[in-house]
Amino acid sequence: MRRELPLAICFIMGIIMTVQFFIPHAYSQWLFDNMLKWLIIVLTFAMILGILNLIKLHAQKVQHRRRDWLYSIVALFGISASLVTGFGWGIEADSPFMVLYDYVQIPMQATMFSLLAFFIASAAFRTFRARTLEATLLLVAAVVVMLGRVPLESVVGRWLPDLAEWILDYPNMAAKRGIMIGIGLGVISMALKIILGIERSWLGGGD
Amino acid sequence: MHVSTDIWIWIAAALTLCIYSFLYKDNPFYKFAEHLLVGVSAGYFFVIYFWNLIVPNLLTPVKNGFVTLFTGGGLTGDLAALVPGILGLIILTRLIPKIAWMSRWAIGFYFGAFQGIAITGYMQAFILAQIYGTFVTAANPVFSLTLFGNFFGDPGWARFVLATSGPLMIVGVICTLTYFFFSTEHKGVVGGVARVGIVFLMIGFGASFGYTVMARVSLLIGRLTFLLRDWLGIIS
Repeated sequence: MRRELPLAICFIMGIIMTVQFFIPHAYSQWLFDNMLKWLIIVLTFAMILGILNLIKLHAQKVQHRRRDWLYSIVALFGISASLVTGFGWGIEADSPFMVLYDYVQIPMQATMFSLLAFFIASAAFRTFRARTLEATLLLVAAVVVMLGRVPLESVVGRWLPDLAEWILDYPNMAAKRGIMIGIGLGVISMALKIILGIERSWLGGGD
Repeated sequence: MHVSTDIWIWIAAALTLCIYSFLYKDNPFYKFAEHLLVGVSAGYFFVIYFWNLIVPNLLTPVKNGFVTLFTGGGLTGDLAALVPGILGLIILTRLIPKIAWMSRWAIGFYFGAFQGIAITGYMQAFILAQIYGTFVTAANPVFSLTLFGNFFGDPGWARFVLATSGPLMIVGVICTLTYFFFSTEHKGVVGGVARVGIVFLMIGFGASFGYTVMARVSLLIGRLTFLLRDWLGIIS
């Protein structure tokens, strides 16, 4: 009951949603449209579960005074600030919730991502050694694309941005397509394994 | 130099500097900002999910359905939203260890339906569309004898690139796929083709790396502009 029923539900839903694609009927389309809405609702609850779990984790850390528990208070304060402003005043532009978003979340998020510029550059400096043909190609492609994005036209002419564009549009796209086709095949085989109950890790541990 | 008097600009600048302090080493200022970011983001998504997804897709239809039912309008399709609503609540049983197993029903429902949609969806978007895009671009075949004819009629670098880029794409996709084909040992012809695949992959990884670096650098420029213009007013 605890493991068989979820597997049966998964199998039935998987078969229904696969078969409906091949049935060109209004009811089939209705099922697809509504199922997308239903899945969004279930997924939203799953995401809310994740956030509730985060709150629980930090609350426990504070309760038991575990290592770095003071920072957990900061995290809980951040969550509370967003929840109070979001549910108290709504999410319209210029609301306290959006002010918090614009002046706290966005600056920190952008800064966090921009930090990567330093680390990626230092990693490149340490690893990009043109020792083999493959490493040289990697290095040359990276340098051309980087320089091609810099407005150097007046100095070196159009050839550099054009070459960068060509690399992105053709050899890069060819590699990406090969990878995407592989991903597609992988996802389909994994989907079949899940629907048929061969892959069951999503059930988790326990009874 | 016109230093900002807006308290929020000062807060944003202070948090920005707290995060950049990580470039020196891990420190309490960075940890403070890091935890605050996690908290604010989690709360932000909770609120956004509620207002943008739960309210229009669940609460409003259910409310309308009950209003219609109790005013004599009978059962309507709006009440069907109760099904995912109940499944969603069942997912939350994960937080109660004794009945956590019930959450598998909702996960099974979601997983099954999603995988069913994924089989056909991925077949269309990740396989058929990519194969089509490899051979046809903007409704024209990429391998065009006309383009080669143009090149041989009036040889030139631009015409050469135009004629050969499409076939190069086809070769690249086939070689990349061969590299990922492990049912045959990579020896002889297969090994050679796979090696060409590695060449394309390396160019692809390099290009992606360069692209990512430039995206991060533009974010960095954005943050420095904020600090120097919006906060300190040093630049205009």
